[in-house]
Amino acid sequence: MNKQRLKAKIIKYFLQSCGSLSIIIVLLIFLFLFKEAFPFIGSPGIGELFHNIWNPVSFQKEEFGLVPLITGSVLVTILATVIAIPFGIIGAVYISEVASAKEREFLKPFIEILAGIPSVVLGFFGLIVIAPFIKDLFGLNTGLTALTGAVLLAFMAIPTIMSISEDAIKSVPAAYKEASLALGASKLETIWKVVVPAALSGIVASVMLGMGRVVGETMTVMMVTGNAPVISMNPFTSVRTMTATIAAEMGEVTIGSDHYMALFWVGIVLMLMTFSLNLISYRVLKKYGMIDK
Amino acid sequence: MKSSAIKLAVLVLVLFSFAAAGCAKKDKTDSKDKKSVTIKGSDTMVHLMSTLAEAFMKKNPNVQVSVTGGGSGTGIAALLNGTTDVCASSRDMQQKEKDQAKEKNINPVEKVIAFDGIAIVVHPENPVKDITMEQLKKIYTGAYKNWKELGGPDQPITTLSRESNSGTYVFFQEHVLGKENYAPTVKLMPASSSIVQSVSADKWSIGYVGLGYTKEGNIKVVPVKKDDSSPAVTPTHETVLDKSYGIARPLFLYFNGEPANNNKMLLDFAMSPDGQKIVEETGYITLK
Repeated sequence: MNKQRLKAKIIKYFLQSCGSLSIIIVLLIFLFLFKEAFPFIGSPGIGELFHNIWNPVSFQKEEFGLVPLITGSVLVTILATVIAIPFGIIGAVYISEVASAKEREFLKPFIEILAGIPSVVLGFFGLIVIAPFIKDLFGLNTGLTALTGAVLLAFMAIPTIMSISEDAIKSVPAAYKEASLALGASKLETIWKVVVPAALSGIVASVMLGMGRVVGETMTVMMVTGNAPVISMNPFTSVRTMTATIAAEMGEVTIGSDHYMALFWVGIVLMLMTFSLNLISYRVLKKYGMIDK
Repeated sequence: MKSSAIKLAVLVLVLFSFAAAGCAKKDKTDSKDKKSVTIKGSDTMVHLMSTLAEAFMKKNPNVQVSVTGGGSGTGIAALLNGTTDVCASSRDMQQKEKDQAKEKNINPVEKVIAFDGIAIVVHPENPVKDITMEQLKKIYTGAYKNWKELGGPDQPITTLSRESNSGTYVFFQEHVLGKENYAPTVKLMPASSSIVQSVSADKWSIGYVGLGYTKEGNIKVVPVKKDDSSPAVTPTHETVLDKSYGIARPLFLYFNGEPANNNKMLLDFAMSPDGQKIVEETGYITLK
């Protein structure tokens, strides 16, 4: 009897340590980021990070301004979200409310496949197909623009938005729909005026999670956005995102150099951005009871 | 109370196993009787080095040579951080890096194994016939923004460069841009093949790649003039060797200290007639 209790206890602690592993890892990563980035505050000084130029390799003065990288990431993320929202939400409405069971069985695996495409493959596809297409469509000189990156990132955000929105729409009580239909509203009116507003919190959260995915994406944007660190909110210019900067430059730096520490600051800013997006979506979901307390 | 002690023990155990894993990995690379050589660095040289390594391993089956790219800067950083045996670099070490080496007690020894010309490439439909070093500088520093300024049609120039971890980037900055900064609007591409790809697709773009890459894609190599009065020279074996082509550079291997054992065997092989034949076959220029 006692032996069995001990065994149960051991198993419980084992499971507990597995469960808390992710928390420990997150904390360790944060600690590590700050530890590596911290000496930058003393020299060359934290003010350097607020400059408008990112030029870490130079025979003259090295510049570590994060502003162009942040605006780059923000521009690509906003564009991608704007492109992904209509497709994601309308798709979710169709799958959960309009499609027949057979259609649904056919569509859902494909959405999952879209979510599973490796980002480097998507980037390659973008470089060969989407970039020339965007160039011709808008009569540009080059297809390496923020918009090209945003289109590809939208492909990645759509599955996230679609599947979570679908769950939200499904969890709207059937009584709402029945009441609306009984009052003489058409099916379309019921969907847009009753079902979607009732599921709005879940939809908002899905968009936030989609944005979190987009902000953190690296390979695709690195291949198609041109990576020029200019401050611009024009979708037809090229931009350099924070993720692409870390990926492209981390390998080159000597451990402990100014450039190395500056890249860690980029990492901290990036992590805070995804962290707050996830936190907001979690809060929204929790408030409307879509996550068990 | 008791349960929190156990929790702590579990936590310590987990952390300890991480640390142990880290140490185990380190021990492996530090052992002296190993029969493996790691080469890391220049993307320009990856094809050359992996072909050399293959031929070398055929001759010496007991030595394992692994080659990775990532850029010359990456390779030099790896040599300084002690994570590679040999660094392949398409540029020489900067003073800053030499200082860092001294701090870390590393003594980089430089050996030239081949030469490479950097070709200026444009789309085949671009009418530009030749280009001077001064014009290249103005394009890449952002002074020229339109082909009109080079006597071409009224079309904006799309300027393509490699990423800043590339040796070609730094070499170009030093020797063509006269150590000035690239304009922020210059697009930084992650690989030479992406430059070839983009130039093939964009009619009014310009880029630079190692000679080995000019055989691919739909691109045109532009002859370069040293100044207005000198002749336009196309990069070839002869023009690079006799130094009449302006944008050429040696390709280096860096070692920590004078190469010995496996490292020396590898270097000797690269310099041997067999090794130099591979240099030629992979599109680079031999020492003689």
